[in-house]
Amino acid sequence: MSTWPILSLLVFLPVAGIAFLALTGRSGAENDRNARDVTLWTSLANLALAVVLAARFDPGKDGFQFVEHAAWLPELGVAYHVGVDGISVLFILLTALLVPICIVASWTTVVERVRSWMVAFLAMEALMIGVFVARDALLFYVFFEAILIPMFLIIGIWGGERRVHAAFKFVLYTLAGSVLFLIAILTLASLAGSTDMDRLEHTPIAVDAQRWIWIAMFASFAVKVPMWPLHTWLPDAHVQAPTAGSVILAGVLLKLGGYGFLRFSLPMLPAASAEFMPLVYVLSAVAILYTSLVALMQRDMKRLIAYSSVAHMGVVTLGLFTASARAISGAIVQMLSHGLVSAALFLVVGVVYDRRHSREIADYGGLVHSMPRYAVLFMLFALAAVGLPATSGFVGEFLVIVGVFPVSAVFAACAAAGMVLSAAYMLWLYRRVVFGGVPAGPPLPDLDRRETGMFLPLAILVLWLGIQPDFVFRLVEGPSAELAARLLAAQTGGGV
Amino acid sequence: MELAPALLGALPELLLALGATVLTMVGPFVVDQRRAWLTRAALLTLVGALALVPTPPDGLIFGGLFVVDGFGKFMKILVLGATAWTLLIAEEGRQSASMRAFEYPVLVLFSALGMLATVSANNLMSLYLGLEMMSIPLYVLTALKRESRHAGEAGIKYFVLGALASALLLYGCALLYGFTGTTDFNALAVALPDAPPLGAAAGLVFLVAGIAFKLSAAPFHMWTPDVYEGAPTPVTAFLAAAPKVAAGALMLRVLFGPLIGLADVWMPAIAVLAVLSMTVGAFGALRQTGLKRLLAYGTIGHSGYIFVGIAAGTPEGIHGACVYLAIYAVMTIGAFACLLAMHRSHQPFEQVEHLAGIGRHRPMFALAFSALLLSMAGLPPLAGFVAKLYVFRAAVEADLFWLAVVGVLASVVAAAYYFRVVYVMYFADGDEDFEHMPGRRVTLTVTATALTALLFLFVAPVVVEAAARAAGTLGL
Repeated sequence: MSTWPILSLLVFLPVAGIAFLALTGRSGAENDRNARDVTLWTSLANLALAVVLAARFDPGKDGFQFVEHAAWLPELGVAYHVGVDGISVLFILLTALLVPICIVASWTTVVERVRSWMVAFLAMEALMIGVFVARDALLFYVFFEAILIPMFLIIGIWGGERRVHAAFKFVLYTLAGSVLFLIAILTLASLAGSTDMDRLEHTPIAVDAQRWIWIAMFASFAVKVPMWPLHTWLPDAHVQAPTAGSVILAGVLLKLGGYGFLRFSLPMLPAASAEFMPLVYVLSAVAILYTSLVALMQRDMKRLIAYSSVAHMGVVTLGLFTASARAISGAIVQMLSHGLVSAALFLVVGVVYDRRHSREIADYGGLVHSMPRYAVLFMLFALAAVGLPATSGFVGEFLVIVGVFPVSAVFAACAAAGMVLSAAYMLWLYRRVVFGGVPAGPPLPDLDRRETGMFLPLAILVLWLGIQPDFVFRLVEGPSAELAARLLAAQTGGGV
Repeated sequence: MELAPALLGALPELLLALGATVLTMVGPFVVDQRRAWLTRAALLTLVGALALVPTPPDGLIFGGLFVVDGFGKFMKILVLGATAWTLLIAEEGRQSASMRAFEYPVLVLFSALGMLATVSANNLMSLYLGLEMMSIPLYVLTALKRESRHAGEAGIKYFVLGALASALLLYGCALLYGFTGTTDFNALAVALPDAPPLGAAAGLVFLVAGIAFKLSAAPFHMWTPDVYEGAPTPVTAFLAAAPKVAAGALMLRVLFGPLIGLADVWMPAIAVLAVLSMTVGAFGALRQTGLKRLLAYGTIGHSGYIFVGIAAGTPEGIHGACVYLAIYAVMTIGAFACLLAMHRSHQPFEQVEHLAGIGRHRPMFALAFSALLLSMAGLPPLAGFVAKLYVFRAAVEADLFWLAVVGVLASVVAAAYYFRVVYVMYFADGDEDFEHMPGRRVTLTVTATALTALLFLFVAPVVVEAAARAAGTLGL
C-alpha cells in the first residue's frame, strides 16, 4: 500500500486551490478566466487522484484501506482518522466527477463574483470528500455540517428570485436535524470513550439507549436524504439554486443522508435499526408514492425533478433498512445512479433555462426540431430515471425490489409502483418539452461543445453502470454483506 | 503572616495598581497631543502584568483572602489579554474629545485590577471588593462620551441596575455569613452542609443572582442590550469581553468551591438559568435590527451555554466552561473590532442593513465578519463549535440530555440570526461607500480573530489542554 497520504491529499487539494484563488484579483475578465481555470484544473487533478485511489484500492481485502490516524483531541477520544472502503471509494469518485462538471456548467452562466463562486465549490468539494473519508464520528460531523455554509452562499448569492427564502429554509432544516446528531455522537462517545467509528461499531449498546441515539441520528439523516415528510426544503432549494448548485445538491448532498445511515445507524445501532424498520418502510413507501404523484402535477421542471429525487431516495431508504446484502447494495447503486442521473437532469434543465430563462414546462415544446442532440441525451437520462434496463437506474431499483420482496411483498410492490409512476411523470415531461408544438420565439440552438462535453461522461457512466455494473458490485458487496449480517443478527437474535 | 510571599503572589495585581495610580497622577498634566502615550503606558502595564501572571507559586495569600492557582492564572491571562486587546483597538475608535479623556486607560486599568481580584477571591469580602472595583469603572466608561445622550442613559441604567445586583450579591454574602459565621471560602465549604438548608439556599440564590447579572444571564439580562447599544463601541468591546470572563470565573470558583456542598440546590437552578439565557438570547436576537443589540443578545445566549457546562456540576463541566470563555472572549473582540474597522458614508455600522453589499465591495472583510459570526453560532469547523462541543459533552456525560437538546435547538434559532447578518452582507445590494478606518490595529485584530475562527481546529488541542489543566486545579 502506498505510504503517501492520498486521502488527505484528496481533502486538502481543493483547499490549496482556494489558496490560489485568493491570489487572483477580485474582478475583471482576465481574473475571472484565471479563477475558472484554477478551479477546473484543481478539480480535474482531484478527479485524477480519485481515479488513482480507486485503481489502487483492493476490493478483496476486508476493512478500511489507506488509513491515516493522528491524535487530535485525545481526552474526548477524537482523532484525525480517515480511511476508505468500497462504498466510500465510489462516493469519492462521484463527487470528484461532478465537481468539474459543475465548474464547466457554470463556465459561461456564472458571471458575477466568479471568484467567490469557485471558492465555494472547491470548499464544497473538500468538505464532501471529507465526509466520505472520515472514520471518526466527530470529524464526520465537522465535514457534514460545514457543508451548510458554502451551500447557503451558493443558493443565496447566485440563486433565483426567491433565493433568500430557499437558502434559509435549507440551512435551518438541515441544521435542526444535524445538531441532534451531535448529541447522538456525544452520547456514543460517552458510552464508548472514543469517537472512533471502528470502535463505535464494535461497542455493544443497550437497546434502550440505541433507540434514543437512533432517533437523534434519524432526525439528521432523514432531513438530508430527504425522507417524507421532512423533504419540503428540497423543492425550494432546488428550484432557487443555480444549475450547478442543484447538480451538486442532488448529486452528492442528498447522498450524505444515505451514507450516514450506512455508517452510523446500521452498523452501530443494528437493534434499533431493526426495530424502526417498519417506520422507515412506511415513510419510504409514502415518499415513493406520494411524491411521485406530486411530481406528476408540477409545472416547473426543476420542481418536478426535485420531487422525483425524493421518490428515488425513498427506494434507497427502503433498500438500506432491509436485512439483505442484495437490497443494501441495490440501495448504494441506486444512490450512485441517482447521483449521475439527477445531476444530468438538472443540467438538462439548466441548458434550456440558459437559453430561454424559464423553468415552466409550458414555455417549451418541440425542442427535437432545433436541438436533436439535446433530445437524445435528455431521452437517455429520462429513461435512466425511469429505470429502464441497460441504464444505471434499473440495476439499483431492481435489486432493491428483489431484496425487499421476501421481507414484504407489499412494500416491494410500492417500489415497483414508483417505477411505473416515474415513467409517467418523466415521459410526460419529455413529451411536453421535446415533442409537441413549438411555442413562439426564435428556435433554440443545439448543444455546443462545452455542453456536450459535460453530458458525455455522465451518459457513458449511466450506460456503463447499467450494462456492466460488476466494478461497482465488487466494491460494495463486502461491506453490504456485513451490514446485512448485522441487521439480520439483530432481527433474529436481539429478541426485538 | 509573612508579607513577602503575599506580595510576591499578588505581583500582577500590584503592578496594575501601581500603573493605574501613577497614570492617575500623571494623566491630568499630559496635553491632548500626547494622550496616546498614556494608552501606551497602560498597555505596557497590562502586558507586564500578563507576563507576571505565571510567576507566583500556588497557594493562599493575605491570610486566605486571595488564592493563587492554575485556574486563576488561566482566567487572569484571559482577562488581561482581553483587556489589553480591547484597549489597543479602542485607541482608534476614540475619536471624540471626551472619549480621548486621560481617564479612559486609567479606568480600564482599575477595572482590570478589580477583575484580577475577583478571579482570585477566596473570601466573600474580597469577592465583593473585587467585583465592585471591576464594575464601578465600567459604569463610568459607559457614560464617558459626555456629548452622547445614549451613552449617558446607558451609564445610568447600567449603574442603577448594577447597584441593585451588587446589593443582591451583598445580601447573599450576608446571609451566608449569618448562617455559617464565616466569610472564608474554605471554612464555608465545611460549614455550609451543616447550616440551615433554607438559609443557605437563600444566600446561594442571591449570590448567584448577583454574579449572573454581571454575566448578563437571563432573567438578569435586561440591561445588556441598552448598555451595549448606548456605550461607545470601544467600551462595549471591553465590556463584552474581559468582565464576562471574570464573572464566569467567579461563578465557577464560587459554585465549585464554597458552595459545592449545595450542588444539589444550585445544579437545577443553573440549568434553569441556562435554558432561560439560551432561549432569551436566541429569540430576542431574531427581531433586532441594531448590530450591537444583536451582539448583546448573542452574549446573553453565550452565558446560557457557559451555564450548560456549569450545570453539569462535573470536572468536564468546568473544563467546558473554561474552553467556552476563552473562545468567547476572542470571538467577541473580533466581532466588535469589525464594527470599528469600517464606516459607511462616514457613519459607523449601527444597523444590520448598513452592511448591505459589503460582500461585493469588501469581500475579505465580509468573509472575516461572517467567519466570526458563524463561529459564534457554533458551526463547524469554526472555533465556536469547539466551545459548544465541550459544554454539550459535559451535559451529555452528566446525563442532562434534555439540557443538551434545548441547547442545540436554541443554537439553531441563534444560527438563524447570525445567518441573517451574513445574508445581508452577501445577498443584499448596496452602494460602494465603505471606507476603512485609519490605523492598522483594528484591521489586524479582525484578521487575527477571523483566522482564529477559521483555523481553530488546528490549535484546538493546545487550548483544550490548557483549559483542562486550569479546570483541574479548581476546587478546594
